[in-house]
Amino acid sequence: MKFGVVTFPGSNGDFDALHAVRDALGEEAIYLWHKSHDLEGCDVLVLPGGFSYGDYLRAGAIARFSPIMREVSEHARRGGPVLAICNGFQVSCEAGLLPGALLRNEGLKFVSAPVHVRVENADTLFTNRYREHEVLRLPVAHGEGRYVADDETLRRLDGEGRVAFRYVGADGVEGADANPNGSMHDIAGVVSEGGNVLGMMPHPERACDPALGPPDGLAIFRSMLERVAA
Amino acid sequence: MSTFRFAVHITPRRGILDPQGKAIADALHALGFAGVRDARMGKRIQLELDAPDAAQARAAVGDMCDRLLANPVTEDYHIAPLEST
Repeated sequence: MKFGVVTFPGSNGDFDALHAVRDALGEEAIYLWHKSHDLEGCDVLVLPGGFSYGDYLRAGAIARFSPIMREVSEHARRGGPVLAICNGFQVSCEAGLLPGALLRNEGLKFVSAPVHVRVENADTLFTNRYREHEVLRLPVAHGEGRYVADDETLRRLDGEGRVAFRYVGADGVEGADANPNGSMHDIAGVVSEGGNVLGMMPHPERACDPALGPPDGLAIFRSMLERVAA
Repeated sequence: MSTFRFAVHITPRRGILDPQGKAIADALHALGFAGVRDARMGKRIQLELDAPDAAQARAAVGDMCDRLLANPVTEDYHIAPLEST
């Protein structure tokens, strides 16, 4: 399976994603430049972390108009898998691939720390290699990660099993202390209506190499292999 | 064609938590401005554009707000014409 990692000006998680796919997962991965209109036959697209266009105006607001986003949106509309991490999540919300928005952290500080998230639905394209309610330890590194959506959208996300991950404590229980940014309903990751786009603020690609800690993020990549190849 | 100037004011929608605005209100209270009920932190974008007339210029700025300048999920905007230079 071939992964394409989009590099925007200001991306900084693109190498981490490439490394995770090539070296931890053992699949093919290439960079896709944001000015390109060619997905080069990639099966899975990754929108990586970083500060595309310096987060000017709003995080992700300018990157969503990058040339390649037209092809990314078409890929998503056809049901192609898109893994949108951190800044990629912000870009996806701005582009309308995912509902809601990501605003300045409630505590106003950039948060760079390991957090715990609970798998809320282990039957998605991205989570089928986890157990239901499994607790993962993943790093976050963001200043604008507070997930916000209107009540109707939140109801739908909850009701349709589209909340993929929720912030919890190490014990697997929600609480204000466990939520690093003030996200509504402790939401750390959501999937699109079609289930083929996952947006998440934590960095699974930085938790794939055992040399860096528990490789809790690798199963997201493995889950995609399972479903896409099948 | 004439040149028109506008100020676009963008503010977090009512009901959306605005931690910056809250920090500002808290600081004002600490300074003794006890009457401050609320502060909302937004942004202002000043635009200068060429258009055939004022109505078309205003309509173009509205389109810019809808498509890029404001996020319809979280922000409201207000367009104010400015004196031409």
